[in-house]
Amino acid sequence: MQLTNRSKVVSKKEMTFVERMYLPAIFSGMMITFSHFFRKKPTIKYPEQTREFSGVFRGQHVLKRDENGAERCTACGLCAVACPAEAITMTAAEREPGEEHLYREEKYAAKYEINMLRCIFCGDCEEACPKEAIFLTDRKVDTMYNRGALVFGKDILVESLENPIDLSKRQTPEVKEFKKQKGYQHNETHDLNTRTEMDPKNPRPVQKKKLGNS
Amino acid sequence: MAKVTIDGHTIEVPDGTTILQAARMIVEDKDYVGANIAPPTMCYYSKLKTSGGYCRTCIVKVTKGSEKDPRPMPKPVASCRTNVMDGMEVQNLTSPDVLEARKGVVEFLLINHPLDCPICDQAGECDLQNLGYEHGKAMTRYDFKRRTFQQIDIGPYIKLHMTRCILCYRCVKTADQITDTRVHGVMNRGDVSEISTYIKNVITNDFSGNVIDVCPVGALTDRTFRFKSRVWFTKPMDAHRSCTKCSGKVALWLKGTEVLRVTARKNIWGEVEEWICNECRFEKKNVNDWTIEGPRHIERHSVISANHYENLAQLKLDVSKQQKQLSALK
Repeated sequence: MQLTNRSKVVSKKEMTFVERMYLPAIFSGMMITFSHFFRKKPTIKYPEQTREFSGVFRGQHVLKRDENGAERCTACGLCAVACPAEAITMTAAEREPGEEHLYREEKYAAKYEINMLRCIFCGDCEEACPKEAIFLTDRKVDTMYNRGALVFGKDILVESLENPIDLSKRQTPEVKEFKKQKGYQHNETHDLNTRTEMDPKNPRPVQKKKLGNS
Repeated sequence: MAKVTIDGHTIEVPDGTTILQAARMIVEDKDYVGANIAPPTMCYYSKLKTSGGYCRTCIVKVTKGSEKDPRPMPKPVASCRTNVMDGMEVQNLTSPDVLEARKGVVEFLLINHPLDCPICDQAGECDLQNLGYEHGKAMTRYDFKRRTFQQIDIGPYIKLHMTRCILCYRCVKTADQITDTRVHGVMNRGDVSEISTYIKNVITNDFSGNVIDVCPVGALTDRTFRFKSRVWFTKPMDAHRSCTKCSGKVALWLKGTEVLRVTARKNIWGEVEEWICNECRFEKKNVNDWTIEGPRHIERHSVISANHYENLAQLKLDVSKQQKQLSALK
């Protein structure tokens, strides 16, 4: 089967005098080498210089907090069931009274692990998440010396209160417009009706600093 | 005997059969191939007397009343409460009117439903979820405040989430008909009616756990399984044990060798085959208590069927075949 048009039939004819000298062939070869000196360099000096990333580059995940600093993830398991690489595992736990400022819903992920060696960064988890909790970010996953360290737990994945992850650049105008629809506002504001077990004596503490964008 | 035609399929059924039962008979017939023409049900339960007639999910259109009186019925009728007549012609899936009306019913059922499926333990095997999914009404246009209730503790085994309840009365009828003392019922009326037990009368009857299985939504869930795992991460197995109170035939929901939950076996209509006792359901959580028969059959369209292998013998054969091939390569 012919795959390309570049194949050449090997000829075993006797070489002419010019060909036997080899010099013209060497010269033409050197010309190609020289011409490459003046081309644009395809490499960059990596740690000092970085390439431009796409706005929607999919890197390390983040588990977002809501505007009050409570974790959004409710351990519903939809990311894990959507994951084609089966990289996500989690264990759920029930929120105790007094923990309302830590967890948004009555159930939360006590353990949440992503195996970064398995992850293929497809973003299906982000798409499956009904609580807008998990997002892929433009951060690259650090390299490690052993495999075990690449199973990221909540200590790495949950965004810290001090350094919230800004996702506003990743959200295109279409996404922002889509999120304005009434039916999709359940993750934006605190709808008290959906929280059945909230203690009226312990209302959610209002945090001064506004976190993130989502 | 009466001859009834549902969506073009004719069947002869005994007098007194309802349209819903006749439709189920057609689907249960071995020779039947085609869409599931049995109307969906949220409150009707064939094992419970006087159930049905509340939710209106099973409405169908009767285009011909009977042979003697061929006039069509003026409105859609609840198929679980309407008996068949000889020569009756019924439309379910073939009538756009019925599908449109059912959409409205689904929306009404979702009016006060909190849609907290990510938290709810019933998610993945919830009738209301399936109904909303099938009718494309996973959302509601309702703007007003949803009804909320004070949490009531109904004992260490059963968790009641009144906000999720659609008032189908199945649990009340279960408590009434299969247990000897009824301590569980519907209080108040209309919009504020709620399922409750009389204060201090926690459900202690041996068969009270069956209200969990009959509940079509996540209003009554197993407290020993609460937040343990999502249903689709567990492995359903048929198992039995010798029990003095019940048949002992159950479905175990395993994670590894850990028994996370015990439920009764359900048939294709999502109805319990045999009631099981509370001892089997809540106290036998060791895999050694049970004789495991094999993996349960799960419908392919269910999320629980993900990574669920039913033919273990075939799976083992495939694995050993692969291993042989791999070792041959080395």
